[in-house]
Amino acid sequence: MPHISLAAEIVTRIAGFPISNALITTWLVMGLLTVISYLATRNMKLIPTAGQSIAEMLVGGLHDFFATVTGKYVDQVFPLVASLFLFILTANWVGLLPGVGTVGLFREVYGVEEFTPLLRGATADLNTTLALALFTMVAIQYYGFKTSGVHYGKRFFNIGNPIYFFLGVLELVSELSKVVSFAFRLFGNIFAGEVLLAVMAFLMPFIVPLPFLMMELFVGFIQALVFSMLTAVFLSVAVAHGEHEKHMAEGGEIHG
Amino acid sequence: MTGLTVAIGGAMPALAIGLLTSKAMEAIGRNPEAAGEVRTSMILGVAFAEAIAIYALVAGLIIKFV
Repeated sequence: MPHISLAAEIVTRIAGFPISNALITTWLVMGLLTVISYLATRNMKLIPTAGQSIAEMLVGGLHDFFATVTGKYVDQVFPLVASLFLFILTANWVGLLPGVGTVGLFREVYGVEEFTPLLRGATADLNTTLALALFTMVAIQYYGFKTSGVHYGKRFFNIGNPIYFFLGVLELVSELSKVVSFAFRLFGNIFAGEVLLAVMAFLMPFIVPLPFLMMELFVGFIQALVFSMLTAVFLSVAVAHGEHEKHMAEGGEIHG
Repeated sequence: MTGLTVAIGGAMPALAIGLLTSKAMEAIGRNPEAAGEVRTSMILGVAFAEAIAIYALVAGLIIKFV
């Protein structure tokens, strides 16, 4: 059987901090995205060059798409969700490149000769996806509090009415479970894809893995889309909820 | 046990996704102008249903590899 490890392998340590192979890939993806966006926006012209028009098409298309999901809140949430989409998409696709997960070194760990890949798909490590999920969760609460201050807190702590109180407890639990579901969805899909590809390449090295590779490209795209779309929906729900509470507290009437 | 984990955890979400998609296709057939909105909500619902299958898969992978 091929070598499969659920946890990311530790490649080296810098001042006591373990540097795993998934972390190295994350840094490479970040660097790649930074360089590409710098090159695409370095000297923008009214009549765009090829690179600039591709970047404009990408950002414009994303903006139009998120506008259909979030409606009037699109300009507030767009920078966050578009960055999430681009990062996750690149990370998923970089994990499929040849050499990622296969180039590495043999080392002795606890007296056993073990293979340690130098690179590993960034989102095939639970740490990366959990970090993304926690960050998203904090961002959702931040946007909620930013638009309407304390009124947003009524979503979780409302003692005016026993029903609202228990509803608040439920909301709190559902916010926490979103972190788990975000992290496990992305990690599960991408890691399962890597295991599938490894097993297929082991059983039949030629031709057969190709359709699965195509499917993994598709899955990587869909998961990036789902992650950013769910973030966009939760963000717009948080913002809209806060605005509604604020409106009610100021003695406004319900309309729309 | 690993096989059963994924078998049961995969069958139910598969049923849910099938139901969701068939209803969404029906809705698009009845009202083709709303195709975009129906598709967006369908993908959201499918993502939630699929998450359950992925939990089962992660549990199966943990049983197998840890």
